[in-house]
Amino acid sequence: MIIDTENNVKAQNGLRTEHMVLNMGPQHPSTHGVLRLELELEGEIIKKVIPHIGYLHRCFEKHAEAMSYPQVVPYVDRMDYLAAMYNEFGYAVAVERLLGIQVPERVDYIRVIMGELQRIASHLVAIGTYGMDIGAFTPFLYCFRDREKILSLFEMTCGARLLYNYIWPGGLSHDIHPDFIRSTKEFVKYFRPNIKELNDLLTNNKIFIDRTANIGILPVETAINYGITGPNLRASGLKWDLRKDDTYSIYNKFDFDIPVGQGLQGTVGDCWDRYYIRVLEMEESLKIIEQAIDQIPEGDVTSAIPKRIKPPVGQIYSRVENPRGELGYFIMSNGSVNPFRVKARGPSFVHLGIMDELCKGHMVADIIAILGSIDIVLGEVDR
Amino acid sequence: MTYDFFYKLFGSQVVAAIIQGLLPLFVFILPFAVFAVWLERKVSAHMQDRLGPMRVGWHGWLQTIADILKLLQKEDIIASENDKPLFNIAPLLVFIGSYAAFAAIPFSSAFIGSNLDLGVFFIVAVSGLVVAGILMAGWASNNKYSLLGAMRSAAQIISYEIPTILVIVTIVMVTGTLNLNTLSEMQTGHFWNWMILGGPTLGVAKFLMIPFMIIGFVIIYISSLAEVNRTPFDIPEAESELVSGYHTEYSGMKFAMFFLAEYANMFAVSAVVAALFFGGYQSPIGYLGNLIGIKWLIPIEQLFWFTAKGLFFVFVQMWLRWTLPRLRVDQLMAACWKYLIPIAFVNLIIIGLITLM
Repeated sequence: MIIDTENNVKAQNGLRTEHMVLNMGPQHPSTHGVLRLELELEGEIIKKVIPHIGYLHRCFEKHAEAMSYPQVVPYVDRMDYLAAMYNEFGYAVAVERLLGIQVPERVDYIRVIMGELQRIASHLVAIGTYGMDIGAFTPFLYCFRDREKILSLFEMTCGARLLYNYIWPGGLSHDIHPDFIRSTKEFVKYFRPNIKELNDLLTNNKIFIDRTANIGILPVETAINYGITGPNLRASGLKWDLRKDDTYSIYNKFDFDIPVGQGLQGTVGDCWDRYYIRVLEMEESLKIIEQAIDQIPEGDVTSAIPKRIKPPVGQIYSRVENPRGELGYFIMSNGSVNPFRVKARGPSFVHLGIMDELCKGHMVADIIAILGSIDIVLGEVDR
Repeated sequence: MTYDFFYKLFGSQVVAAIIQGLLPLFVFILPFAVFAVWLERKVSAHMQDRLGPMRVGWHGWLQTIADILKLLQKEDIIASENDKPLFNIAPLLVFIGSYAAFAAIPFSSAFIGSNLDLGVFFIVAVSGLVVAGILMAGWASNNKYSLLGAMRSAAQIISYEIPTILVIVTIVMVTGTLNLNTLSEMQTGHFWNWMILGGPTLGVAKFLMIPFMIIGFVIIYISSLAEVNRTPFDIPEAESELVSGYHTEYSGMKFAMFFLAEYANMFAVSAVVAALFFGGYQSPIGYLGNLIGIKWLIPIEQLFWFTAKGLFFVFVQMWLRWTLPRLRVDQLMAACWKYLIPIAFVNLIIIGLITLM
């Protein structure tokens, strides 16, 4: 429901009226971390949203200046902690481009499999917590149950379940477990029907559609102007995926679709579209994993790791398609073993900027729906 | 009746009345709340592919008692900016509102707190007290989230009382009584005498009535969900929006009173639905007591059937809660005023016409 935001309540009978200011967060169950939204309300209608960030700031960029190139990897893990594998992937690709080295094919295959598994895991969290924001608790636990299986695959590979330090510039920290291929195939077989179950439980639920369709509509022009990328941009109807449009690693070898929002339940670019894009993307990721796992070649995954990373003087901006959008690294080298500057361009930070635009005129309950649908991770917003 | 028994035992009307009043609390509501909290946890857990409490007692059945002990020990926090008198009265009022409803609920032909001729009316009226308590809690907390929750709650409960009452009026029109005990006795015999299947009316009218009775049941059940703030209508305490609504600021036993009231209320509305539509305490298949000729067994059987019916509807409430998402405030109001109330009105008229036949 959209109500004209321009006409404020006029003072009647000489009485002064003012909008209620409500601080949502930093301790609030559904701000997905420590985010504070300053809401200006008229009754339950939102007049203004000001996101206040910085509660999780950890000086990533300053730290990176004091570290050697491989030492930065654990720090990028901690940015988007729901997609740590992909953060490493992006950083490794950037450093390799700066060095101008080629990694063995096996490394690329494993990276793609890990990256897509991570994308599914990240989308599962997004979908599950979104369901919980709307009030459906059960899909959340179904999603986390499946995510656990992916985390177990990661644990089997590198011993860690959340922050991996697995993908290094030039290779991988070590090879996959002998059981990994079999387990991943089992997971793919197990997971496909669960997406259908999720659709039955949440996607096509009448109340869920009522809550999300036609809410927080993001037109494609606005999305581009605000620098929105990833699933949020695709939900607005633009077919833009860096895996295809600015390809890296070996994504051009695989056959997969890029789903875009079609406004099946309402308008193109509404919350339901943003949600459903993630469901569709999980299926596409499964396709990529299936193809990659069958073709994975033999080889040594550590052979191309340089003994000492000392790139020539220069700079590079390299971007990858993180589960949330465009994750770019700008790395500047002054010829020493430490990077002169590492700047990360995180999608969550950029996406948070659109909150005010999307929320105006909606109700308090819709803020939760909109914030959940743009799927931010506060670790990456603040870095 | 229990009152006469205690009157003879103690020889004092006051003592007998007090015992009579406290009996359902200790015999029924507290054990029910303890059981229902455990059941809710187990139901949600098994729906979500997990086990739920398993450590305290067999399958965690003592977990709730452990939680109550924990809540008893908790500090009773009253913030300096709270409106203290209102803040302290609110949980009591909410609890009284839901507890008083039990007075008129017929658990069996021999155990009914007070055999009021205005039984259903009384239940609806005292349930209205809950709104005042919730508003008080929201206001006195001096917290914006609580205030929003209380505002939503008041609007919601008052709105949804209308379809509830319209359906109750339908039943009252057919049966001609507001007394829940009489209502239950009218539905005696087997399950085809239940109101949902046309009640004790005879002939073609009974069969004509069945679809409209089912509509009436669906309306009153949906409204009852809204009245006890259960999903999909748990907007007043919408966790993801309002933290926990009007009881955000409460701790310790005051919080437990809200909690207890919620579960007591769940059973109260289920009991009303069971009494109105599903034969109250009447057995669907006849009594063992009649079969083997032991008369005193019948009230006990009735108690069993009534509790079973009530618990079944409580279970359905839990089932819905862990399956469905939550509506938005305006959608909630639209559902009530645009759909439920008109349908209930039309239903009332149609059943009235059928009764005239």
